[in-house]
This record gives sequence, C-alpha cells and structure tokens, in this order.
Amino acid sequence: MPDLPPKLLDLIETLETLPDRADRIQMLIDLAERFEGVPERIAVRPYPEENRVKGCESEAFVWAEPRDDGTVKLWYAVENPQGVSAQSLAVILDRALSGSPPREIARVPSDVVYRIFGRELSMGKSMGLMGMIGQTRVAARKALAGR
Amino acid sequence: MAMEIEDRGYAHPEVLVSTDWVAARHDDPDVRLVESNEDPLLYASGHVPGAVEVDWTRDLNDPVRRDYLDRAGFEALMRRIGATRDTTLVFYGDKNNWWATYAFWVFQLFGHDRAKVMDGGRLKWKEEGRPMTKDVPSYEPSDYAAPDRDDARWRAFRDQVRRHVESNRPLIDVRSPPEYSGERLHMEDYPNEGALRGGHIPGAANVPWARAAAEDGTFKPAAELDAIYRGECGLADDDDVVVYCRIGERSSHTWFVLRYLLGFDRVRNYDGSWTEWGNLVGVPIEKGAGGAA
Repeated sequence: MPDLPPKLLDLIETLETLPDRADRIQMLIDLAERFEGVPERIAVRPYPEENRVKGCESEAFVWAEPRDDGTVKLWYAVENPQGVSAQSLAVILDRALSGSPPREIARVPSDVVYRIFGRELSMGKSMGLMGMIGQTRVAARKALAGR
Repeated sequence: MAMEIEDRGYAHPEVLVSTDWVAARHDDPDVRLVESNEDPLLYASGHVPGAVEVDWTRDLNDPVRRDYLDRAGFEALMRRIGATRDTTLVFYGDKNNWWATYAFWVFQLFGHDRAKVMDGGRLKWKEEGRPMTKDVPSYEPSDYAAPDRDDARWRAFRDQVRRHVESNRPLIDVRSPPEYSGERLHMEDYPNEGALRGGHIPGAANVPWARAAAEDGTFKPAAELDAIYRGECGLADDDDVVVYCRIGERSSHTWFVLRYLLGFDRVRNYDGSWTEWGNLVGVPIEKGAGGAA
C-alpha cells in the first residue's frame, strides 16, 4: 500500500486511538455534522453523471477544483439526507486531501474506509464508501489531465 | 399522501404499521422498536426514542463463517434487547427499510412472528417532525428461549437454486439493470462487487427492489405491486419463487413484499445471491438485459 497523505494518516491515527467504538462513531458523526455541500459556482442540480459516485446508495458526487498552486480543492454533494457516513467521509476527505497535488490523491486506496469506519463494515455497506474514494481518484486524475 | 395501510389491499396488512401506530405505543412494554440501517453511523446520530439497534454485521452474522447467527446467538441478542417470545418487534431503518426487512427476515428464520415493519422507515418518522434522540435505551434482559434456526421455509441455498433454474421456476433478480446485465463489473473505478463474473441467474426477471416503494419510502398499494410482480413478472399465486440480489439484503425487501403484502406462501430469499453465484465454478450465467418477465 502506498504511503497515505500525511493529513489523512493523522486523522486515521486519531480515530484509532479512540478506545471504543462509540467514541469513534461519535467523532465520525461530529464530522458529518460539519458537512457543507458543493457551492453553486462549482455545480448545480441536477449534478452531472460524470461526477456521481458509482455504487453509493447515498447519491454522492465529487468534484476536484484545480488551484493555481497545482493542488486541488475537493467538493462533495450527498443527496441522501440520511447519508451520515457519506457526509462524514466527505468531510474527512476534504480536510485530509484538499490542498494536495492530484497525483497524491489519485493514489489513495479505497480500502482506507476500513481504517476510518472500522473492520465491521460489511462488504455491502462499504461499497458506496469505497466508491467515494474511487470517484475522488477519478476527479483528481481529471484535474491532473486538465492542466 | 399515501393511502392508509388497511386500504391498500395487502394480503397481511397487520405486518405493516404506520408511524402513528408506533407513536401511540411509545410506552407499551410489549412493543420493542428495532432500528436496522445500512449506514453504520445513523442510529448513533439519532433514532426513535426507545429503539434498540440491531446491526446486520455485528448482531446478525456469524463472525467467522458466511452464515447468520445460530440459536444461542439469537437468544443472546433477544435477551440483550429485553425481548420475550411475546414481544412485538417493530423494525424500521434507512432507505425504504431495506436493512430493516433484512433483519426482519433473519428473525423469521427463528420464527419470531410477532414482528412488524414501520412503513416509510426512519426518514418518514423524521420528516413528520417526530421526536428523535441519541439516548441509547437499556432494557431488563429477558430469558428468551429460541427454537433452532429453520432455513427451510424462507431461505434458499445454491443447490436448491440450481434445481430451481433447471425446472424453470421463477426467480427475481432485484439488483439494478447494470448489475443484472453484467456490464457493471467492467466499469472503471467501480468498487469491487465481490464476484468474478457478471450477469444473472438464467431465467431470472429483473425487478429492482426499490420499485416496490413509493416516493416517500412507503410501500406501494397492492394493486401497483400486483401490476409489477403478477403482471410484468407473471408470478402465479402458487408459484415457488426465489429472490436474490448481491448479498440478500435488497432481496429481503422484495421477499417481504411478496410474502406479506401480496400473500405468496412460497417465496425464499437466496442470500448467497450474486456474490455466491457469480463466483461458483461451472454454473450457468446469463448476460445482457434480456430475460426480464
């Protein structure tokens, strides 16, 4: 597995130091509550299919906005009002990966969701979250190709 | 505004209850609310007061083998949530109650038939402005005694499904059309769906599970469900039907619809589903969009 971007690794290590599952869940919920959707200057509904996270039941979308310094800013939309996990992951990915060069984002492995949400994610439940990371890589690669 | 449940023409309307019904029994010790979600954070972020969480991964699955919990595990679960054989369990959850019906189905393998589903699930409850809480209730443990799990009636296994296919009996694949056709396994950056081959079980009709739900997440009236399952799929009342999806969760929703809302007596959920069939050596597979109804 390639090295994770440092901010993402920090966040995961913080989660891993929490002693029990309830604390980890509370932290993830707290993060979800800070979720802000994509601004209109980036995209308006209906969001383009090319930005849609495949396999995500929470109807999530991803954008990578190129910045002048060669990094990108990530934006997410989560259309399911009950998609708490998707919102939480969106906040984590934005905080941990926005400001990174797209080349670095394009290397983040999907199975990092297990380190964030815990091993007890079933395969059924993890697919959409893994899809969010996959679509984030796609967005980063697109930003890379566009420059 | 959805029709009242009793006006929708269901075969077993008593299995479905409204948010009003649940609200009116808030203090009833013989009724236990059970929330079961796809999203692992949702219960902790707020739930119907008094509801316990039953998590599919942690509570209903064997931690080692691919199978559901055994009798001892089920007894431990029921004792923990303070349920007796006389307790009426009311299941609800996210996404049109899909994981709620999954949990409901597993509970039926142990014959706990005092079980209902709250129509519309947690989203309907929340959107009606009803109370939600983060408080996790605790109940006096019960001394629940369960029978052995009985898989024969409601659960199908791969060899049975093979014979089912060979004798041209009806199957319903409730996955999305791209999963059914098999095209999705070849799409770039798609999360691993856990199957080496794409397509569907030969002869299966494709009826995506959520077609049974109305826009507001409640179940459609019987006439509309009939048009889909008896009409489009051509199911007859005495048919022996097998439903499946990827791991059996979405198909338990369709199982619930066929069994309780439309009154089919012989309908089994193949929980091995595509993650088993799509990995089996030598079994027949059909590809493409054909095969529907």
